[in-house]
Amino acid sequence: MPRFTVPLGIFLLLVVLLGVGLTLNPRLVPSPLVDKPLPAFELPTVLDPEQRLSHDELRGRVSLLNVWATWCVPCREEHPVLVGIARRGEAIIYGLNYKDDREEAVNWLETLGDPYVKSGFDPTGRAGIDLGVYGVPETFIIDANGTIVYKHIGPFDDKIWRETLLPLVKKAQENSS
Amino acid sequence: MISRRLIALSLAALLLALIGGAAAQVFEAREFENPENARRYQVLISELRCLVCQNQNLADSNAPLAADLRQLTYDMIREGKNDAEIVDFMVARYGEFVLYRPPLKPTTAILWSGPFLLLAIGIWLLLRHLRRRASATAQASALSAEERARLARMLEAETSETDPGKRD
Repeated sequence: MPRFTVPLGIFLLLVVLLGVGLTLNPRLVPSPLVDKPLPAFELPTVLDPEQRLSHDELRGRVSLLNVWATWCVPCREEHPVLVGIARRGEAIIYGLNYKDDREEAVNWLETLGDPYVKSGFDPTGRAGIDLGVYGVPETFIIDANGTIVYKHIGPFDDKIWRETLLPLVKKAQENSS
Repeated sequence: MISRRLIALSLAALLLALIGGAAAQVFEAREFENPENARRYQVLISELRCLVCQNQNLADSNAPLAADLRQLTYDMIREGKNDAEIVDFMVARYGEFVLYRPPLKPTTAILWSGPFLLLAIGIWLLLRHLRRRASATAQASALSAEERARLARMLEAETSETDPGKRD
């Protein structure tokens, strides 16, 4: 049998390595912004161009910053989850409307519900670039000091909210109180 | 021989597809003050990864984000930023994953040394195999004194049988 041990060993090693590789998601790139302060931005809001949303407003309490767009299909799927969170008062949610049309964004909030305290309007996507956004939706958890605690890439559902994000929000709230 | 021709044809098609793919750069008109900046722009966008379609660089990608990042790279070059500043700008936002040429660090050591390590293992295995085979054939061809004597007798008997006149 020693004749087959080496090829068999190499084969098994490959199986294990490829198996691990299959379970990883290459789209989840670790963000260098985690544990860093929220990048500076100042944007008009979606509903009122006279009003502004800046990074400073997200200081002082734990909040979510959800990057969304009306052209983003998974955002539509995620939206009821956000509405639920806001209705139950589990977290304060700010929005960043990314590369979108204002009229359509307003229409979206009016028909599907508005879970956001405010949504910044970023039609050029420049604020999005500073936040390292590359796939909407993305959701940041920001602690009371304005530091990014966690970044969730892609849509999340009730299960991910309860099991992953909500505990992180609660932990951040405990740390800051 | 049809199958061989088929294989050759499909290989040619594959080669063409690869060449075609490599040439699929997005065209945008850009003006630079000097050829050096134009060259820097090309190098930068070909060495930065597009995060939307992850196996493409900024130069090849049609994704809107890639177009924005190309524009930003262009703007930064025009503003007089150097290559390190532009690369740092991207890394600060998207992480080292955007670098098609990652820096040599403890976490990337395997990535950099892996190919050389595999090559060394391959050469070692090859040399070992060749040496074993050489010694095996040498052993097989080695005859004992008794065998040599027998061989000589056999050859002699054969030559005397076939051509007795030419014996010397």
